[in-house]
Amino acid sequence: MNAAVKELEEFRREVSAWLEANKPGDPGFLLPQSFMEVGTEQQVDFLREWQHKVWNAGYLGMAWPKQYGGQGVDAAYQSIADQEMRRHGVPICFNVIGLGWAGPLINDIGTDEEKSRYLKGILSAEDIWCQGFSEPDHGSDLGNARTRASRDGDSWVINGTKIWTTLGNYAKYMILLARTNPEAERKYDGLSFFLAPMDAEGIETRPIRKLTGEYGFTETFFTDARIPADCLMGAEGQGWKIAMQTLQYERGAEAGAAGGLAFVRIVIDDLVEQLRDVPRGDAGVLDDPVMRDELVRLIMEEKAIALGDRRSGISALTSDYPLSLPLSNKLRWTEYTRRMRQFAINAQGADGALYVGDDRAPAGGFWQRAYLNSFSATIGGGTSQIQANIIAEHVLGLPK
Amino acid sequence: MSVIGNTALRFDDEQAMLLDYARSFCADKGLAEARLHLESEQAHDVSLWQEIVAMGWTGIGLPESAGGAGLGIGAAVPVLESMGRVLMGTPLMSSLLAVQLLVRADATAAAAILQSIAAGEVATVAQLEASGWASSEVTAQLDENGRVQGHKRMVMDAAQARWLVVTLDHEQAALAVIDTQSLAADAIRPRQLIDLTHRAADVLLEDVEPALVITGDGVPGALRDYTLLGALLVAAESTGAAAAALDTIIDYLKTRKQFDKLIGSYQALKHPAVDILNNVDSSRSFIYHAATLVGDGVLGRDQEIACRMAKAQATETLKFAGDRAVQFHGGMGFSWECDAQLFIRRAQWAQQQFGDAQHHRKYLADLLLNS
Ligand SMILES: Cc1cc2nc3c(=O)[nH]c(=O)nc-3n(C[C@H](O)[C@H](O)[C@H](O)COP(=O)(O)OP(=O)(O)OC[C@H]3O[C@@H](n4cnc5c(N)ncnc54)[C@H](O)[C@@H]3O)c2cc1C
Repeated sequence: MNAAVKELEEFRREVSAWLEANKPGDPGFLLPQSFMEVGTEQQVDFLREWQHKVWNAGYLGMAWPKQYGGQGVDAAYQSIADQEMRRHGVPICFNVIGLGWAGPLINDIGTDEEKSRYLKGILSAEDIWCQGFSEPDHGSDLGNARTRASRDGDSWVINGTKIWTTLGNYAKYMILLARTNPEAERKYDGLSFFLAPMDAEGIETRPIRKLTGEYGFTETFFTDARIPADCLMGAEGQGWKIAMQTLQYERGAEAGAAGGLAFVRIVIDDLVEQLRDVPRGDAGVLDDPVMRDELVRLIMEEKAIALGDRRSGISALTSDYPLSLPLSNKLRWTEYTRRMRQFAINAQGADGALYVGDDRAPAGGFWQRAYLNSFSATIGGGTSQIQANIIAEHVLGLPK
Repeated sequence: MSVIGNTALRFDDEQAMLLDYARSFCADKGLAEARLHLESEQAHDVSLWQEIVAMGWTGIGLPESAGGAGLGIGAAVPVLESMGRVLMGTPLMSSLLAVQLLVRADATAAAAILQSIAAGEVATVAQLEASGWASSEVTAQLDENGRVQGHKRMVMDAAQARWLVVTLDHEQAALAVIDTQSLAADAIRPRQLIDLTHRAADVLLEDVEPALVITGDGVPGALRDYTLLGALLVAAESTGAAAAALDTIIDYLKTRKQFDKLIGSYQALKHPAVDILNNVDSSRSFIYHAATLVGDGVLGRDQEIACRMAKAQATETLKFAGDRAVQFHGGMGFSWECDAQLFIRRAQWAQQQFGDAQHHRKYLADLLLNS
């Protein structure tokens, strides 16, 4: 073992020990599996405290610069910390839009001023971030977003409506895509990108109830909302380019995230474990040849994704379409996950029809709720159909 | 323990060079080479086989102790994947698998035959008797005079082979190596395969004097490993073929216009093309994972899982890719001239060899789900 590897292994033990000692106990209320499921004050307070603690211990934003709240060390350390957090089953670091998208963006293209203003608060969970891209009439067709930003002295005046704003009612800042020039020849050139304070007068959020019956995102209204001129990121008219870069972080195709668990990974092992005692007919569901075949297919699908991660680092084995594995990852994982959770309910028999709140619901309705929530990932961040278009056009080179 | 298990996947510079070399060698020949021989007795030119022998590919998987170059059988994966891309129909896979069976059963006894295979004599395993790979039925046997009696079906490349490695019903299992030069003139009966780039024949063995008989404890294990490696090599070939089928689709989607638009702009064609791409990616990951794990030693649980998954994934992928290749070419796809037909034919052949996807998933279920 060389010195670097040894040091990393030592670090792994250190994080592991810390997590062991600091893992929070059961809070007595439902803990979100992903940042898109955060919907109560209680959850926000709890998760804010947890993230702060992780950051304070030095296990978040490790590869970000020291002067902005990071540790300035190699990303390998963060990746070990993340692995350990996953292994210990600790809660998520829920400020994902900051940690995973806005933060890396500011780190990569932000001014020094922006970095000192925003990065630390992202890590410490003091400043929660949200994303204002989608609008009621323009979701997949984001390039046609209509929310208007007009310059007035040293402010921008914002008018319009954003929707499906995750954490909208808890956020201090929003990454906002708005139209600064409706006359631009190309619709994309009329868009600009803002780091907008959510407490500005004229911004209102209305929580939207989700398919699970819970809350977690908002409709966000801008009525002559004034934000300072220096909220503009980059130059006027660069909004589309910057938004696309943000989506690269979001879809995991671009590195730079601060780390921490963004979501609780539900894997096939969880399902197989759950099915061990489930009866079907006179035997167990795991004895049924047809159900076994379905499970093997799912196992293979998950394994293929894991092997793809390995292969993507080997250029000799990715020469056909070098972008194929990274650009397909979101589509493959989210679609797989959705079907796996759907099958889980299928395999539970009659009780599979019960939901959270019923005392007979298998595993407390975990899989039912997880299945409903799985669509957050097949719709949010660009729908699966849009992902397929992107892969077809950017990987296979097919025409628009 | 996780059902995902081992996810090792490594590929060193030497393997990368071999892949690169094999890719360009095969690309130079192209699908045109395979097309030349669709309706002839042999699926390839004699000169092509000589080139393959000269490159040392017939020695892949032969351990150094048996006079080989020490390239493990995993090295056959990049080579066969490359050959699959142009549906190259040589007996290389047959020879490599015969070598594996002999080496694993008794390399010392088979030393001279192994040398001759590496030097270019074609060898193939005559195993199948029942109607499919799910059955391990073997009735061929040695009679009291030590002569082989039996009937083997669908023996790959039998008509070109010098050596037949015949599986026998004898104690726990045995092998007889037969020199085809000692067979009666009509003993080898070519079959008409759906895949015109491969050849197979039934073999009638009556009173045949074997050149070598291998018995003993090593044989059953060797047979088991041979079928797993067979599954892997067919998977490698199929992965290459599926990638080529995808290329054929993409080329057409980028050039054919209807309603004044390139047909590649229609999502009904575009999205399945992405599905094929993702499936080819999975196949490639599985075959190179298996290639990473298999070595000269007895195949263990992880290797078995890897080989079975590779086969279960790759031939299904090829079936899907070939099938869509025909459909997405419209009337052209229904023509002999269009390459799409070659891929669906290959797919239908490949899925049967060493067991279809359902067969392997059945075994995988036992390996993964039994507590
Ligand atoms: C849980 C959740 C959280 C979210 N959080 C945020 C957030 O924080 N910030 C934010 O800005 N947005 C957020 N979104 C919004 C999300 O990005 C949009 O819902 C998504 O981009 C789709 O847009 P849409 O809802 O307008 O659907 P539409 O674009 O109207 O799509 C409807 C259907 O048409 C299909 N479709 C549309 N265009 C095409 C095409 N060209 N080809 C093929 N099919 C097409 C879609 O795939 C979909 O099936 C969130 C969504 C969810 C579900």
